[in-house]
Amino acid sequence: MSAKLVQKLDRVVIRFAGDSGDGMQLTGDRFTSQTALLGNDLSTLPNFPAEIRAPQGTLPGVSSFQLHFADHNVLTPGDAPDVLVAMNPAALKANLRDLPRGAAIIVNTDEFTKRNLSKVGYAESPLDDGSLESYDVHPVALTSIAVEALASFTDLTRKEKERAKNMFALGLLSWLYTRPMEGTEAFLKAKFADKPEILEANLAALRAGFNYGETTEDFAVAYEVAPATMPAGTYRNVTGNVALSLGLVAAAHRAHLPLFLGSYPITPASDILHTLAGLKRYGVATMQAEDEIAGVGAALGASFGGALGVTTTSGPGLALKAETIGLAVSLELPLVVCDIQRGGPSTGLPTKTEQADLLQALFGRNGESPVAVVAPATPADCFDIAVEAVRIATTYRTPVIVLSDGYLANGSEPWRLPRTAELPDIAVEFATEPNATDDKGQPTFHPYLRDPETLARPWAIPGTPGLEHRVGGIEKADVTGNISYDPDNHDHMTRLRQAKIDGIADTIGSLVVDDPTDDAEVLVLGWGSTFGPIAAAVRLARATGARVAQAHLRHLNPFPANTGEVLRSYQRVIVPEMNLGQLALLLRAKYLVDIESHTSVRGLPFQAGELADVIAAAVSSLSDAPLKEAAK
Amino acid sequence: MTTDLPVDRTVELGMPSAGPGATGTAAVPRLADGTSLTKKDFTSDQEVRWCPGCGDYAILAAVQGFLPELGLKRENIVFVSGIGCSSRFPYYLDTYGMHSIHGRAPAIATGLAATREDLSVWVVTGDGDALSIGGNHLIHALRRNVNLKILLFNNEIYGLTKGQYSPTSHVGQVTKSTPLGSLDTPFNPVSLALGAEASFVARTMDSDRQHLTSVLRAAAEHRGSALVEIYQNCPIFNDGVFDVLKDRTEAAARILHLTDGEEVAAGDNVVVRDDRGSLAVVSRTEADPARIVRHDVTAADPSAAFALSRLDSPDLGHVPMGIFRNVQRPTYDDSLREQVASARTGEVTDADIDALLAGRDTWTVGA
Repeated sequence: MSAKLVQKLDRVVIRFAGDSGDGMQLTGDRFTSQTALLGNDLSTLPNFPAEIRAPQGTLPGVSSFQLHFADHNVLTPGDAPDVLVAMNPAALKANLRDLPRGAAIIVNTDEFTKRNLSKVGYAESPLDDGSLESYDVHPVALTSIAVEALASFTDLTRKEKERAKNMFALGLLSWLYTRPMEGTEAFLKAKFADKPEILEANLAALRAGFNYGETTEDFAVAYEVAPATMPAGTYRNVTGNVALSLGLVAAAHRAHLPLFLGSYPITPASDILHTLAGLKRYGVATMQAEDEIAGVGAALGASFGGALGVTTTSGPGLALKAETIGLAVSLELPLVVCDIQRGGPSTGLPTKTEQADLLQALFGRNGESPVAVVAPATPADCFDIAVEAVRIATTYRTPVIVLSDGYLANGSEPWRLPRTAELPDIAVEFATEPNATDDKGQPTFHPYLRDPETLARPWAIPGTPGLEHRVGGIEKADVTGNISYDPDNHDHMTRLRQAKIDGIADTIGSLVVDDPTDDAEVLVLGWGSTFGPIAAAVRLARATGARVAQAHLRHLNPFPANTGEVLRSYQRVIVPEMNLGQLALLLRAKYLVDIESHTSVRGLPFQAGELADVIAAAVSSLSDAPLKEAAK
Repeated sequence: MTTDLPVDRTVELGMPSAGPGATGTAAVPRLADGTSLTKKDFTSDQEVRWCPGCGDYAILAAVQGFLPELGLKRENIVFVSGIGCSSRFPYYLDTYGMHSIHGRAPAIATGLAATREDLSVWVVTGDGDALSIGGNHLIHALRRNVNLKILLFNNEIYGLTKGQYSPTSHVGQVTKSTPLGSLDTPFNPVSLALGAEASFVARTMDSDRQHLTSVLRAAAEHRGSALVEIYQNCPIFNDGVFDVLKDRTEAAARILHLTDGEEVAAGDNVVVRDDRGSLAVVSRTEADPARIVRHDVTAADPSAAFALSRLDSPDLGHVPMGIFRNVQRPTYDDSLREQVASARTGEVTDADIDALLAGRDTWTVGA
């Protein structure tokens, strides 16, 4: 290390922003990996346009990646960046409003040309007009220094050299925050194994960036963020989509079932298809179907044959799969449907997050067709929720909808690796013997004779002698499964299917409340990806002395058995959601509790600060009303 | 997550181990030597509820009569259907069965066939189910060449919804939903299947038990997807639409029998190829013998089969019947199993899964 000062920080939020083609996601991803290996706790938020390459240098084309890392437990990607890396004027303009005064801005001055400035409506360069005075601006000619550093690569064109500017930026940031670069070097070596010239150029640009930081006078101080104190174990960094994929594979392994994925590409779910398609070694079969309907249809066909049928999609695809999920409700076969939610309605905001498919998941089918619904709380929790979804699907012979979202799917965090042998034992037993006698006293098989405890019907797969039977979407007679249009039978079967789903509550544990002082009067209840922002907000509010309780629902259907009791034990219950109050609607209807809904549908996760204000206001409203309290 | 596959990379897949030459039921367990099943074994205890005189009865009887001939274990046979009159079929067969939802049977059966090589999987569908609401699944099952036998009952009408026109109804047909005549140009199911790269395509008729059985036999034998169009009479909403093909004299003049290696002919007429490659039906006496078409059912190029399929006319003046195409190519399900099998390195252990979860970059935090 040079003679420069090294200053310790406890937390940093960095945002990399540039044109869609600038490689910001890769840069962010690599910086995250380096940070994870250093032992910081972290949380990330990639944010990119739906267009693959929007017109260059324009505001719609800006892609960004935010990373929050710290020497302590991190719950969100951070409300506001401490550092913005802006690769062009568009990136600066699109992100400036999120920066607090005093934040550092590293700008690529090479892109601040008259043409690029005018593309985003800057009459004069903000670098020269004094408008950035309250920020700590570091102008760096990132492109030209990177190109200069690659002068010896005579076989590369100028364009190819320019492309290495993101590695230069990564090198510079790696120096600034004392991140080890070995991981990125290994990554580049694997990525460009058959392109040695490009590999060497990228490595050279990376090191040039690092050396630039060390030698330039513009950066006087480098920073260190010490490793976070985390529970003992082996960790990796993981995104929600990868964790979900791994969870499905591990669960299928524990269930001793082959995993079959039928899926149609859709943002932001496609990475699950990509990941699982690469895991054939583990017995995983994947099929890219002709459409969303065929994806779930093939999965259901595989389940009928005794495989673990899974389909993955986002909101528009869930709408298309509705009829087949209804069929699975009627057939009472296991099926896992993963909906990686995005902004809606219709095509909506394909690359932005939202959690507005809750009601669709619960009710988006014809007739009374209850299914189990679960939702992960964090990227790493996507693993556990996948295992839980498989457990419920196979135990209760039911479709289970997993509601992840774009924020969890693409965001990442350190994940303490579980041991496969310690995952729940979810081994499945197929029916092998007749379970009844017919009126002639002969052994026979009744496909809808239920397990008295779970109300699940037998899973009798083709190939099993003596158990030949037919299933279908027409209402079935109780027990025999034969077609029945009998009014009383339909009423009975409808209630049975509901009771089976309701009974899942017996195996999911209670809703746990975090209330350190045990006397809070305000409860904040969330579901899905709002866990991080809510927990961070609760932490902020408690730091100011507010007494507030927090609880989080991972099971949305059925709810944990004690949910009503929990809701009724607080004076005020606040439910923040990235929709217009869907969980609040359900809770009010089911428990007759006056839920306060706090909602936002901006395509981005909640900011902890914003929620902390909501909590603080609720807490102080109660403490300011002693008369009301006394009247109770 | 970044995936870095070059966009234009192609790998040589090779022929899956099941082919070439493997039959459609090669991996399906067979009955023990000396044992056999009968039609009765394939008859379920459910009362058949089609309208009196429906062509479906004849097809059901033919299928129940034919299945024992396969010599397969009954529990390894599955019928999957969609929605419509024909789709009630599985309830009446004492095999495994699924009566699914409208148009989706080929997709559901694809997932089943892909994961269970040991099953003989049959799809029963109709002209509305397969060609209208389920058209997409049908063409994709055919192009993938999934080892499915698809029986398409074509009665040129919607029966279960009580008499609306279907995708095979003729232009001008008056039905409940087309009181002034249908405006839609119909699909020719055989042409559609051939255009969708089907490896086996045939046409037969409900009332011709012997022909129907011979086509079913060939379809079962074929490894890959097989589309069998079955002309079927709906006595309620479209009665008699194929009657001219059931009259012995008329049939002899109209039905162009497709027999491999033989001239394509009906009565005194033969099929000839003109200079532009189109086919025409002409009197044998006028035909240039060198231009008479001999049927080649295994021709790799589907053009000739397609041209034959275009000889249909709305008035049923000439109707090719039999197997249009029967070629071998890798099946989707065999190839998928092959990819999985060749990627595997033995039984997956807990340690394998542990390693998978860990990935490449881990760090350890001490206690």
